[in-house]
Amino acid sequence: MQGLIDRKQSLYCSLFFGFGVITDRKSTNFCTATDSMADRYDRETDKTKRSMLNDTRVRGWVAQALVLAVIACVAGYAVYNVGQNLHKAGITTGFGFLNDPSGFDISQTLVSYSGESTYARALLVGLLNTMLVSVLGIIFATILGFFLGVIRLSPNWLVSKMAEAYTEIVRNVPLLLQILFWYLAILAPLPGPRQALNFNNWIYLCNRGMQIPRPVTEAGFGGVPIAFAIAVIFSIILVRWARLRQQKTGIRFPAYPVSFGVVVMLPLVVLLAAGVPVHWDVPALHGFNFRGGITILPELIALWLSLTLYSATFIGEYVRSGIMAVDKGQREATFALGYSPWLTYRLVIIPQAMRVVTPPLISQYLTLIKNSSLAVVIGYPDLVHVFAGTALNQSGQAVEIITITMAVYLTLSITISLFMNWYNKKFALRGF
Amino acid sequence: MKFMKSLVVASAITAGFLANSVQAGTLDAVKEKGYVNAGVSGKVIGFSAPDAKGNWTGMDVDFARAVAAAIFDDPAKARFTPVAFKEAFTALQSGEIDLLTRNTTWTFQRDTKLGLEFVGTLFYDGQGFMVKKELGVKSALELDGASVCTQSGTTTELNISDYFTAKGMTYKPVVYESADEATVIYDTGRCDVYTTDTSGLAARRTTLGNPKDHIILPEVISKEPLGPAVRQGDQQWSDIVRWTLFALINAEEMGITSKNVDEKLKSNNPAVKRFLGVDADFGQYLGLSADWAYRIIKHVGNYGELYERNVGPNTALGLERGVNALWTDGGLMYAPPVR
Repeated sequence: MQGLIDRKQSLYCSLFFGFGVITDRKSTNFCTATDSMADRYDRETDKTKRSMLNDTRVRGWVAQALVLAVIACVAGYAVYNVGQNLHKAGITTGFGFLNDPSGFDISQTLVSYSGESTYARALLVGLLNTMLVSVLGIIFATILGFFLGVIRLSPNWLVSKMAEAYTEIVRNVPLLLQILFWYLAILAPLPGPRQALNFNNWIYLCNRGMQIPRPVTEAGFGGVPIAFAIAVIFSIILVRWARLRQQKTGIRFPAYPVSFGVVVMLPLVVLLAAGVPVHWDVPALHGFNFRGGITILPELIALWLSLTLYSATFIGEYVRSGIMAVDKGQREATFALGYSPWLTYRLVIIPQAMRVVTPPLISQYLTLIKNSSLAVVIGYPDLVHVFAGTALNQSGQAVEIITITMAVYLTLSITISLFMNWYNKKFALRGF
Repeated sequence: MKFMKSLVVASAITAGFLANSVQAGTLDAVKEKGYVNAGVSGKVIGFSAPDAKGNWTGMDVDFARAVAAAIFDDPAKARFTPVAFKEAFTALQSGEIDLLTRNTTWTFQRDTKLGLEFVGTLFYDGQGFMVKKELGVKSALELDGASVCTQSGTTTELNISDYFTAKGMTYKPVVYESADEATVIYDTGRCDVYTTDTSGLAARRTTLGNPKDHIILPEVISKEPLGPAVRQGDQQWSDIVRWTLFALINAEEMGITSKNVDEKLKSNNPAVKRFLGVDADFGQYLGLSADWAYRIIKHVGNYGELYERNVGPNTALGLERGVNALWTDGGLMYAPPVR
């Protein structure tokens, strides 16, 4: 009787799989489990050889193969048809245009680029600009978000209410408006370059952005990055050694402050020993604008600021929910053992809270990356603005460019997703 | 929002191409649905913009009305779809619009590579620069190192790169998605220079906080023949649109206006009689009626009337005829004869 039910169950599984309805891993395991039970039942009770037609597993595979074939056919037909219609409409297709010179300039380029560079290079410039603002946004939104989440649970009424008010106001205003607001709020009060705010002839602030000096390395600088790398490797070993020793003997060693000191001091010593082979390229007003140094565009500042402030409110709520999900007995027990509040948070509360925080945090990071494409409203040259905007119109290769752009966003998102899932797995409760 | 927009575009393109693209028979399709769908910019005063009462006005708009008049004897049978620059060519390729009349520059690549066909030039333009008077700049050659605001995806972006490279000067591009944003941000002082076609500069200047504080520099750095475009591959439809343009120019040359066109029907001049379809049926070769040209002039007027009404010296733009005068007056406007 038990066997009959199992077989029925396994048949349903195959059917479901055949039509691609269930894809989640738990049900896979479940099906495999019942399948093997059904097999065992078959082997034990029915020794006669059974026809392939009646084998539920084979049926399942056949059904899956059929569905896959149909999907492949439809996709293949769609691609072929698009190609045919483009050809009929007299539109040149293919990815050859990526090697053509683009002919337009871009306001912020992290790699060398000019109008003579190729479309592929423009794609890279746009991608790097998207990544720059996304990474900056993710780092600062995480810091601010954790801060918000923690202080919102503070017993201090004023502090907690201020965090609440900030969260409610900022997360309920559309991001697009916030970007425009910050852009105009930054541009409006700043003077033109000729009346730029001058900080000690070193840093200038005007409506063309922030002008900061750029370090230019000279011969003999090579030892500094090597010293830095050695210091980092040393620090990693030191931290591991300290942890092992504490586990064995209980004696603690201040590994983090010492590592920090080594990472800062060692390159510094090498730098001084080499006679400081660095000079500064200081910005100076020349004609209309500043020349030299690095220009931080007002568009970048506005976009980074709005992405950070907006995403931090969500992250703050995730952190708050994570902390509240930790049983209060944990906190009480830690206090009873004489831990300080800081150590209680660092060693007991946050590690457990992270299990709850990580999954929504992944979504928030992905949302932030995709939101960075709103850059286009303030003229920040991100991937969508440069590639799916200017390059699309100059080359006219709409299908190719939109496909590439979507593929790039997909790759970015999946990479982050994979990393965060790995992190989540690492810190998930064992034994599930 | 942008990403969504791109997705919509992508879906539209894919959907458009998945369905069998409409190649021939635009005229039949237009007749069947009862109107001409023209893609316009919708924001450039003098070319296509709604007036205070919400009526569409401008050269581009009037041209689409002329096409509608030739087909339906009714200029109101033209409908206008504002299309962003980025989506303009795609909208035409995918059959969303029948005709693109969006102060679009006729260039080699657009004509050959995109499956489009430009039928002629409605307005000869060129790219110029607008700067604040207080900068004291008198020539574009003094613009080395300037920040330049412009709109993305236009020939403007390419011309300015070419110009500054050729003159050995540098500049800092600040590119916005629409000309509206570019103008507003230029007005905040983010850029030293705003660049687009000179007709566009004249139109945009009227919308600035204080138009008198800005001057348009004398240099014109490019050729921008602005003209209507249709999908490639439908010869009849491109003939109709091309000869609508030629009819407007020929009518001005022959002195036929919307006011005197009825008298001209009685003219003894054989060229005029042929043109108005009095004793010849040239319209049949276009798939239209014999009086196709009469309808255009009666309802919309000739080229000169279009120009004076929309961009001429008595309008907000105040542009002289210049190179857009008839060839007989030393300009570039010249149309093949109707015979």
